[in-house]
Amino acid sequence: MTSPTVPALPAGHYRFRNVAAMEWRKLRSRRSTRWTLLATVLGSIGLGVAVLGSYSPGHFTRMTAEQRAAFDPTNMGFSGTAIAMLALPILGVLAMTGEYSSGMIRATLAAVPDRRLVLAAKAAVFGAAGLAVGELVVFANFLAGEAVLTDAAPHASLSQPAVLRAVLLTGGYLGVLGLLGLGFGAIIRHTAGAITAVVGGLFVLPMIILIAGGASTLDSVGKYAPMFINENSVGAVKPVAHALSAWAGIGMICLYAAVACGLGGWLLHRRDA
Amino acid sequence: MIEARGLTKRYGPVLAVDRLSFEVHPGAVTGFLGANGSGKSTTMRMALDLDRPDAGQVRIGGRRYRDLRWPLREVGALLEAKAFHPGRSGRAHLAALAASNGIGRRRVAEVLDLVGLAGAAGRRAGGYSLGMAQRLGIAAALLGDPGVLLLDEPVNGLDPEGIRWIRTLLKSLAAQGRVVFVSSHLISEMALMADRLVVIGGGRLIAQASVADLSARSASLEEAFLELTSTGRTS
Repeated sequence: MTSPTVPALPAGHYRFRNVAAMEWRKLRSRRSTRWTLLATVLGSIGLGVAVLGSYSPGHFTRMTAEQRAAFDPTNMGFSGTAIAMLALPILGVLAMTGEYSSGMIRATLAAVPDRRLVLAAKAAVFGAAGLAVGELVVFANFLAGEAVLTDAAPHASLSQPAVLRAVLLTGGYLGVLGLLGLGFGAIIRHTAGAITAVVGGLFVLPMIILIAGGASTLDSVGKYAPMFINENSVGAVKPVAHALSAWAGIGMICLYAAVACGLGGWLLHRRDA
Repeated sequence: MIEARGLTKRYGPVLAVDRLSFEVHPGAVTGFLGANGSGKSTTMRMALDLDRPDAGQVRIGGRRYRDLRWPLREVGALLEAKAFHPGRSGRAHLAALAASNGIGRRRVAEVLDLVGLAGAAGRRAGGYSLGMAQRLGIAAALLGDPGVLLLDEPVNGLDPEGIRWIRTLLKSLAAQGRVVFVSSHLISEMALMADRLVVIGGGRLIAQASVADLSARSASLEEAFLELTSTGRTS
């Protein structure tokens, strides 16, 4: 520091864009992430195509007018997104817990001591990537599903505002699930525990409530559960009785993710690394 | 300069670091000597704001670590071998860290060359030997060409050639006027590498002196260390 051989420090200080650049490089350079995302996209499309392609023309010609009106090809076509619904929160968990299991967290926090900035940059980068993957999965699913659905069935088109909304919001919902996973990862820090908590909270807990409380709980408590928000609010073209509206549904999911990431950021700031 | 004042850290019932105060000055290699479990790593982690002290503080160049403007350009740290994700290549690991402090890609290639990892830089770091992992950690510490270096047990896992390499490297970095603080439990290595020593035992400061002064107290530095740690605090 006293000798001229030690280089002078540049002006300014590290900023959000520097930290986001680090997080982007981290995300991009993990091979397992790339393969998981590719498998998620292909698997989702495959499953969606299999579900919609399995309807025979006779299934629809035998339908009553009422049944035809109730058939929602958009929502049915989202069956394939179940894979992304599982993969994105798990990838979100791993984006955080992977740093703890490897010891990378110490290198990260030594490079950027402002821990809340680290989590904010992670959330921005992973959120953007998750959103892109979510939209890709849903759009591809929709288009492929419509293509294989028998001509005898009612079809949906992106030119219908409610359909476009359902497709866009379902993609967004998947991206937000990734952030929910990230928040759980920051809170729990251990991979197995955080995956159990996020998958349990998303898929198992609502089923337990439904079984224990009966079908009526779906109208009272169940409509706030992420999996029913996806099914009945965000991804529904035709309004479902007692369910949240599409926008209230996506708002609810964003709130869950914000609470998880906020709590995770607070704990990250307070705890020893 | 690194300055620790009244540093204290308790983990449940265990008092890991106990009112520890010391100073590390530029222009010399300062060894941080103590038995396993004596509180060296805990002290290093508190210096980097990774662990929060229960009392006291560490200042680097007069500031707390969290207030550094470009941490990697000011302080280079090696805390543990394998502080990287095993699925990432050595080069990608360094490039990510470099990006966080606005350090260019050219510097990544430079430090990879410097530590002798250029040939393995594209491979998964998870497949590195302990010695290679240690070299990657040293590359990360040197990434920002910092004026202060904090290295926790840097010779672990290195072969004799690697140990000589790091010794020469650290001496030359100190000669350039940098602060070099190196922990070890290996007295013989400290005798060869360090100019000054901070000796701790049971989380407390036992001695802070030059290697020459400490060695002159007994038949050897090892004798001096063993006498100090059995009798407790002096200096």
